[in-house]
Amino acid sequence: MNSAVFRWTSMVYSFLIYLFLYVPILILIVFSFNDSKLNAVWTGFTLKWYGKLLQNQGVLEATKNSLYVAFFSTVISTMIGTLAAVGMYRYSFKGKSVLDGLLYIPVVIPEIVLGVALLAFFVMIKMPLGLLTLVLAHITFSIPFVVVVVKARLEGFDRSLEEAAMDLGANQLQTFLKITFPVIFPGILAGALMALTLSLDDVIISFFVAGPSSTTLPLKVFSMVKFGVSPEINALSTILLLFVITIAVTAEKLRIKQEK
Amino acid sequence: MLSATGRWLTGGPLWTLSPVIIFMVTFLALPLLLVILVSFFKRGTYGDINYVFTLENYIRMMDPLYLKILWVSLVISLATTVVCLLLGYPFAYFIARAPKKFRLLLLMLIVVPFWTNSLVRTYAWIILLRTEGVINTYLMQLGIIHQPLTMLYNQGSVLVGLVYTLFPFMILPLYASIEKLDSSYLEAAGDLGATPWQAFLRVTLPLTMPGIIAGSLLVFIPTLGYFFIPDLMGGSKTMLISNLIKNQFLTARDWPFGSALSIILIVITLVLIYAYIRVVGSKKDTEVF
Repeated sequence: MNSAVFRWTSMVYSFLIYLFLYVPILILIVFSFNDSKLNAVWTGFTLKWYGKLLQNQGVLEATKNSLYVAFFSTVISTMIGTLAAVGMYRYSFKGKSVLDGLLYIPVVIPEIVLGVALLAFFVMIKMPLGLLTLVLAHITFSIPFVVVVVKARLEGFDRSLEEAAMDLGANQLQTFLKITFPVIFPGILAGALMALTLSLDDVIISFFVAGPSSTTLPLKVFSMVKFGVSPEINALSTILLLFVITIAVTAEKLRIKQEK
Repeated sequence: MLSATGRWLTGGPLWTLSPVIIFMVTFLALPLLLVILVSFFKRGTYGDINYVFTLENYIRMMDPLYLKILWVSLVISLATTVVCLLLGYPFAYFIARAPKKFRLLLLMLIVVPFWTNSLVRTYAWIILLRTEGVINTYLMQLGIIHQPLTMLYNQGSVLVGLVYTLFPFMILPLYASIEKLDSSYLEAAGDLGATPWQAFLRVTLPLTMPGIIAGSLLVFIPTLGYFFIPDLMGGSKTMLISNLIKNQFLTARDWPFGSALSIILIVITLVLIYAYIRVVGSKKDTEVF
């Protein structure tokens, strides 16, 4: 193919794909500022749907739940995942491939399977469905992602630094805190941000393990959409979108920086 | 060096690895084993579980009604995968061949929607496609149509929703494998008289096959579990295996049958992953992160 023709086709085609990806989201955002309730014709600018959200008790409650679950699941999954990455990177031990496989499962199986499995498990051990079960479930699916990101950071780590510290008399904990931790910190942060977005976005697994009084934001959106389209959902979706995109872009920048 | 690693080995693996092992065994391995167990039990009269061994949950799946649901689910997942691949391959190719300074930005623009909530993205399409939605309203205002088109609540709209949600999963592995491709092979093919089309079929396609397979798996497997897309975009006519599982656990309260259906999903996943590892031979290209 002629290279100029190739360049033009590729630009036009890529542009169309980006349109396909972005236009629906942009329309959703635009109509969250639309005066009419109809969500189809632009009638004028308003912020009233955002105002309505602030008066919606259910939405406020769901926001609180989402932040609570996201906070605890992020902190705990980051701690467990970071330790695991360090351990798996450093040691070879019996059953390593089993652990590898175990961490691989939540990434590859359809989420619904993990959702129903955890539901059955929580009911079986008589743990009431609520914020605690949500946190535990979110930790489970976040850990593998934290491990992958932190491990990637460790791959580029110069082990001789640790050995030097210990030869100079630092103990294991001091070496970890003063040498290893600062070096892998960007990776930990990126992993934590990833866990945070995963938690804030999760629909499928949360759907099964949330109790009636522990709705999260995506679940709230889900139940609202089932009742029909309304600009309030657009407003709520827009907030959720901007929030998560901000975190994700930060995480992505960190990741790209550490790859360089 | 030996002494240093020697010191680390005492107790180190224990405190770094026991949290993850305890957690993943408790909240992943045990629940999955429980699902396997429950799938062999009977349903109790009140939606509880009757602990009597039975195969009837699996036999029940042979009912044409359920076989059809499974078949339609597989067809829709396959269609989603094929559409993502056909749309995505040229796109990934163009990005991988774009000037280096733009590549990262172009890729980032794909990843951003991937991070937005899949439910929100589904809702965005409902706004566009429904009878009194954006597309119908503007087409009617422009006088192109006089009756609103029925675009929502059929298998086609489910397909659109799934493609839209999973498209980025296809692009990332495709991009990774196309970018790695050494263009001197293509030049060599050209010098030896291959037409661009022949070069594509004989060189590019085989060399990027790991990316194609990885992307296809990353799209195909999750589609089987996205119950809310058929729920919201498929209407009552479209019942897929994901909705069926959801209903067994939440509405019908037949956990043993729901578990057996989940086992089918696990088996499909394992078979595909196994085939992937056998064909591609390494895990490297599945790592999209």
